[in-house]
Amino acid sequence: MALDNFGCGGALMSDFTEAFATAARLVAAGDPELVAIVLLSLRVSLSAVLLAAVLGLPLGALLALARFPGRTGIVVLLNAFMGFPPVIAGLVFYLLLSRAGPLGSWGLLFTPGAMIVAQCALVTPIIAALTRQLIEDLWLEYREQLKSLGASRLRAAFTLLWDARLSLGTAVLAGFGRASAEVGAIIIVGGNISGVTRTMTTAIALETSKGDLSLALGLGFVLLTLTLAVNGATQLASEALRRRAG
Amino acid sequence: MHGTSSILPLRLEALSFAAGGQRLIDGISATLEAGPRTLILGPNGAGKSLLLRLCHGLIAPSEGRVLWGGRPLGEAWVRRRQAMVFQHPVVLRRSVRANVAYGLALVGVSRRERNKQAEEALAEVGLSALADRPARALSGGERQRLALARAWALHPEAMLLDEPTASLDPAATRAVEKVIAAFDMAGTKIIMTTHDLGQARRLADDVLFLHKGRLLEHTPAQQFFSQATTAEARAYVAGELLW
Amino acid sequence: MTRIFMWLLAASFAAVTLSAGARADEKFITVASTTSTENSGLFGYLLPAFTKATGIEVRVVAVGTGQALKLGERGDADVVFVHDREAELKFVAAGYGVGRREVMYNDFIIVGPKSDPARVVGTADAVGAFKKIAAAKAIFLSRGDNSGTNAEELRLWADAGIDVKKEGQGWYRDTGSGMGATLNTAAGIGGYTLADRGTWLSFKNRGDLAIVVEGDKRLFNQYGVMLVNPARHPSVKVEWGQAFIDWLTSASGQQTIAGYKINGEQLFFPNYKPPSS
Repeated sequence: MALDNFGCGGALMSDFTEAFATAARLVAAGDPELVAIVLLSLRVSLSAVLLAAVLGLPLGALLALARFPGRTGIVVLLNAFMGFPPVIAGLVFYLLLSRAGPLGSWGLLFTPGAMIVAQCALVTPIIAALTRQLIEDLWLEYREQLKSLGASRLRAAFTLLWDARLSLGTAVLAGFGRASAEVGAIIIVGGNISGVTRTMTTAIALETSKGDLSLALGLGFVLLTLTLAVNGATQLASEALRRRAG
Repeated sequence: MHGTSSILPLRLEALSFAAGGQRLIDGISATLEAGPRTLILGPNGAGKSLLLRLCHGLIAPSEGRVLWGGRPLGEAWVRRRQAMVFQHPVVLRRSVRANVAYGLALVGVSRRERNKQAEEALAEVGLSALADRPARALSGGERQRLALARAWALHPEAMLLDEPTASLDPAATRAVEKVIAAFDMAGTKIIMTTHDLGQARRLADDVLFLHKGRLLEHTPAQQFFSQATTAEARAYVAGELLW
Repeated sequence: MTRIFMWLLAASFAAVTLSAGARADEKFITVASTTSTENSGLFGYLLPAFTKATGIEVRVVAVGTGQALKLGERGDADVVFVHDREAELKFVAAGYGVGRREVMYNDFIIVGPKSDPARVVGTADAVGAFKKIAAAKAIFLSRGDNSGTNAEELRLWADAGIDVKKEGQGWYRDTGSGMGATLNTAAGIGGYTLADRGTWLSFKNRGDLAIVVEGDKRLFNQYGVMLVNPARHPSVKVEWGQAFIDWLTSASGQQTIAGYKINGEQLFFPNYKPPSS
């Protein structure tokens, strides 16, 4: 059905309409399982991004301002890690959090906590690398003035972060995009347990593997709508802030 | 600790700066006393801005040294007692008042005091009405006055200004010159670079004339404009191009 | 500024710890099982009955058989519930599992395109069917993922005397995925594959596929349950894990298993036999 070849745009459209109808039905009915999955997805992704921002923003800013041997290597590594394969991250964290691994006694495996940690590890390089570039560019402009006023590099880093907050918002959104879309890491460390660690993306993977493509696609529509909503809200907020702060 | 010491006079001893194989500042020695408004003049590329940055400590000299009140720039309190204003002021993405308060926060002024002192500084430069506006929304002239307020709030003994009105229209230039004159009246030592001869005539008490990184003349303004000693200086005052 | 940063740091660590690890007061066990069992819908039907009877929540991590056994080996599950007798016995022999019991069976079926290019319809003998598929070089999809289904498939090829690595060029395809995904591929390109009846009955994307061979005793799929050895992993929840195993093999558990139907058809056949005392 969905794998028809050319000229069967009609079949594809009917798949999409069926999926859209499924999504609408689930949302209208307020299906409790769907609600639980959506809430968990938001909780995991938002927590991961918040943690990643707290780690990545200062890291990026300090790296932008610091000069030390090997700095170029670190910058390259950070940029490269923006594309770190999620499934490898999942495997690494599984080995770390497994009972047979070093952090097994923490009991984090197969819980939302493990998913947050794994996603945070994937998102932090994105935020840090983008921050580093933004702050480095800004530093060229601000450097003399801040030095003249007597700001230490550490102080300057935070001043620049605050001044660049509107552009950094986009960097954080990029991180959120990665977190909410990813499935490879969280399916390994979370275990896709019904009612406990099943998120939108892992549910979509499950329904696809069961052959229930319209449900999978329907869930996909819901996920996309959610992502659009988050991005829309962020854009409105940043425009309001821009008017206030100039 | 050093509250009563002065950072003036400023003494430059055989100051040199080389980059890319070229000597951009070549053996400059001078003493700038408290009191007169010192203007640093010269054609473009003479090294005026570079000299100012060396005095402020933004760049380290290749040879020679800079002594403020006999003390080197390494000591933090020496740097604190001088403030610099640049041709293109960098203004933070926050309110006008907050921009001034930022400089005060850096020197450890308490939150309550900061806003009060910021407002006093803004009043000095005539920006009180704009205190709550986003600083980015200000015009070029207003931004430069903000930079002056920011520097003034730190109550420096000396103010270094690098072509502060080069990017401004005549009205804004006048407003800025008025503020500079007020600071001078209050006792702050003014050291300023400019390529605008008219401005130099209006403001200078004391002139340092630079050409190709060398100090050719250090004379009182009146003498410089009527009877400069060196041929280059005379040509410059006459409005000729020097190279 | 530093103050805001510190607050944010504290807030985010709070967020993580609050949503983090399992709290000690929660009553649950982790069962490592297979995707085909999960996809059949059995757990959705069976586990609520167990939880109602005992108050113990069951969290199922459904992966391939190989991965499920690995989870047991590493102590990440309390109970392992899979369907690969050979692998299970090795697991116990290696000391990773204890108290193995046989719980139920379902069967495998061979599905293929209705057009049946290899002419296997009507063959009661699974090995014979495989021989015909190889002879016709008809497209065959293998899960290739070390699962119980995959192990059964490889055993059939071995019994048919066919070395798919050497002779499978062009027609033998390795999907490296779960049952549902493999069925998707088979439906898409019109190939044969070995499936468990459970996944097949719930599979909604059949396209042109149909059952071509069923009923051969060799296609018997035995499920076994084991407790992960607490001597190896003291973190195993022995009391609750054992309660689950006991319930599965109790009269009530076995009846519940038999009661699970899809479209009126029973999927799993309980066959626990207590060891003769």
